[in-house]
Amino acid sequence: MSKAPNMPKSWREETKPHKFCPGCGHGLVLKALGQAIDELGIQDRVVFGCDIGCSLLSFDFFNVDSVQTHHGRTTPVVTGVKRARPDRICIAYMGDGGGYAIGSQHLVNAAARNEKITVILANNCNYGMTGGQMAPTSLPGMKTETTPYGRDPEVTGYPTQGPEMVSAITREGAYVARGTVANVRQLKNYIKKALQNQVEGNGFSFVEALSGCPTNWSTNAKDTWAFIEETMPKYFKVGELKAPAKKEE
Amino acid sequence: MAKTVKIALAGEGGQGVQSVAGIMVGAANDKGREALYIPNFGVEQRGGVSVAFCQISDDKIGSPKFKKADLVIALSDRAVRRTTQYVDENTVFIYDSSIEDIEDDLPKNAKKVIGIPALDVAKKELHPRVFNVIIMGAAIEATHIVEMPEAKEALEKKLGYKFEQNPKLRPLNFTALEKGAELVKELL
Amino acid sequence: MAEKPIQGEKRVFMTGNEVAAWAALAAEADIMYGYPITPQNEIMHYWTRLSPKFDRGFLQTEDEISAGFTTCGGVLSGKRAFTATAGPGNTLMQESMTMAEMMRIPLVCVVQQRGGPSTATVIYSQQEATMTCYGGNGEGFRIVYSTSTHQELYDYVIKGFNTAWTYRFPTFVLGDGYQAKMRESLHIYDPATKGINMVATEPSLGLEGTPGVDRDPQHLRNTYNTEEELYEVVSELVADYEKAAPEIVEYQTFDTDDAEIVIVAHGIVTRAAQAAVKELREEGIKVGHFRPITLRPFPANELKEIASKAKKLIVMESAQGQFDRMVKHAIYGLTTPIEDYFKPGMGITSEEIVEYVKKGM
Repeated sequence: MSKAPNMPKSWREETKPHKFCPGCGHGLVLKALGQAIDELGIQDRVVFGCDIGCSLLSFDFFNVDSVQTHHGRTTPVVTGVKRARPDRICIAYMGDGGGYAIGSQHLVNAAARNEKITVILANNCNYGMTGGQMAPTSLPGMKTETTPYGRDPEVTGYPTQGPEMVSAITREGAYVARGTVANVRQLKNYIKKALQNQVEGNGFSFVEALSGCPTNWSTNAKDTWAFIEETMPKYFKVGELKAPAKKEE
Repeated sequence: MAKTVKIALAGEGGQGVQSVAGIMVGAANDKGREALYIPNFGVEQRGGVSVAFCQISDDKIGSPKFKKADLVIALSDRAVRRTTQYVDENTVFIYDSSIEDIEDDLPKNAKKVIGIPALDVAKKELHPRVFNVIIMGAAIEATHIVEMPEAKEALEKKLGYKFEQNPKLRPLNFTALEKGAELVKELL
Repeated sequence: MAEKPIQGEKRVFMTGNEVAAWAALAAEADIMYGYPITPQNEIMHYWTRLSPKFDRGFLQTEDEISAGFTTCGGVLSGKRAFTATAGPGNTLMQESMTMAEMMRIPLVCVVQQRGGPSTATVIYSQQEATMTCYGGNGEGFRIVYSTSTHQELYDYVIKGFNTAWTYRFPTFVLGDGYQAKMRESLHIYDPATKGINMVATEPSLGLEGTPGVDRDPQHLRNTYNTEEELYEVVSELVADYEKAAPEIVEYQTFDTDDAEIVIVAHGIVTRAAQAAVKELREEGIKVGHFRPITLRPFPANELKEIASKAKKLIVMESAQGQFDRMVKHAIYGLTTPIEDYFKPGMGITSEEIVEYVKKGM
């Protein structure tokens, strides 16, 4: 096959180039995910669910069985699949709105039940598809369509710390990390560990990926990367928050 | 018995009206008759007036609730007030005679209004726990939905495991059943 | 493989919730997803007690939104999955039911209607008829059986799985709090002894083989880009639904041949109507009763024919006109007078039907 160089094997070539905006972070997160699937050799076992919001554009992204669900509801759909087919590797892919706002009860409870699924969440500090409204992850002072004078934490609270929350409510067996599209190699490793955790049947796994939205941020390439690399990590600390203890030999 | 017999049993939560209703309709069902029992329940799990609507027939039974009963048994002041709506000129209305301040609330239009000292008998002669079995005996005597041996069989089926643990319970329950029947027999 | 939950056939005396759990077991349901709400709870209680003995699954979710969507996930995995709900839970579940309509996910949902609007009572109503038939943003591509006895509850839960998997529309068994909580006799049976074979299930996700190598991947969606694209998809749904409808629709008539007055009622109210018709006929009153078993699809032609010969229709329901709207829509064009007897959230007895019919003569 004449795949472009660097294209993960599990990507579906027929649906490339993908439908995301130029400069969007989703492509990089999905690249990391594709590489992780390839390296683990689980393409034939993966069931991929994507949310509403820009993440829905990934419904035909991979050569894996995929289902696009409703806003916030990917976690329960994928949970339903996993409970019915424990032999499948089930991935829920969503944005910050889907995971931390409209679907937060599902994320919290799937994590609390230690569902053996993997949730991958792209955090770009706003609602992209609906046109750049404030998200749970919008930064203090950040201008969005619904906070035109900047997000005032006194009125709308502070950015949701997703992995920190998930880490706090999960027990042993869970894997929780925050990566960034600014370091795809590290992000891929986190995602790979998350999937490996599911393969081993240890428990819930969750990776947040700091991601960019130049369209709604109205940023050029330089400012987009500055925001991802310098501004976002001030609020969202990159790294592993929780990993299962190494199994004794 | 061609007609459907309709019974409303009402008491305070904990008086055991629902379990008595369950045992009675179960006995009728075991005899191959059609029986329907619906507990009337509110939002709360405990407390409040509890009403059991029972119907026994030889044919399939229509709506699960009914407007007027053949027999109403009310075991508390609130139960009396709650159940007079199910009384008409064909209804036998039985209440416990120890309930105070209900003279004005008793139905005026019933075929018969009968006060029985079930609670007193339970406390003084038998055991407070078999109060509801006395009531069951009264209900069976008043309606003959099943006969006494079948009622005993039903008790055995429901409480047999307790009887095994404590053999004294069997005669206690059977006596209570018979006592309930006696209490109403002369008054019907 | 565990042995069959029910061998042959036997007479039992139990609550409707217990009936629903046994029926799902007998129908070879693989997994239930659910969230507690009265008066449906005991379906889960019995299922969680019985299902482990037969290697069936259960998940208690965080809410009915999740219960509906996890059920979708189970069905997409090729499992005979079901859920059950009532009242405000049914409201929350509507979102997932629209996904099931759009994506042809053949789930089964048992609804035990309680009083509304809002939290209201946990007891009884027929106030979830509109929502169960037409809830959510959509067109009501659903199958809804409205049952009236425990026997029907048992029969139609089993049948519901087969209807769902044959036609691939979400299928509802619409009961109510009375049916949930009351005890009466019925016969439960192994479907095979009645010649009923369970329709085979198939997965839409998690298929065998490596996608892109051995086969194309499954890429399932419910989002479309253009009006034209959506219109094509929905038109296909309409065509499939209309084609299936005559095969699915069910109804019953009682003494309608020469009836001057026809009582129209569904669900448990049909019991009162049937008893009332019997009593009134004994007095020589020419009254009959029409009872749709399926509210979706609705037996419109059949009702229209009977209504056209009657002098009067009386629509009776424990809701403020939800069923009445279906009836009027079905017989549009006729001039037969219609009387409404609405008791929102209240049971209707045969005694009051007899009284009402006589009073109107």
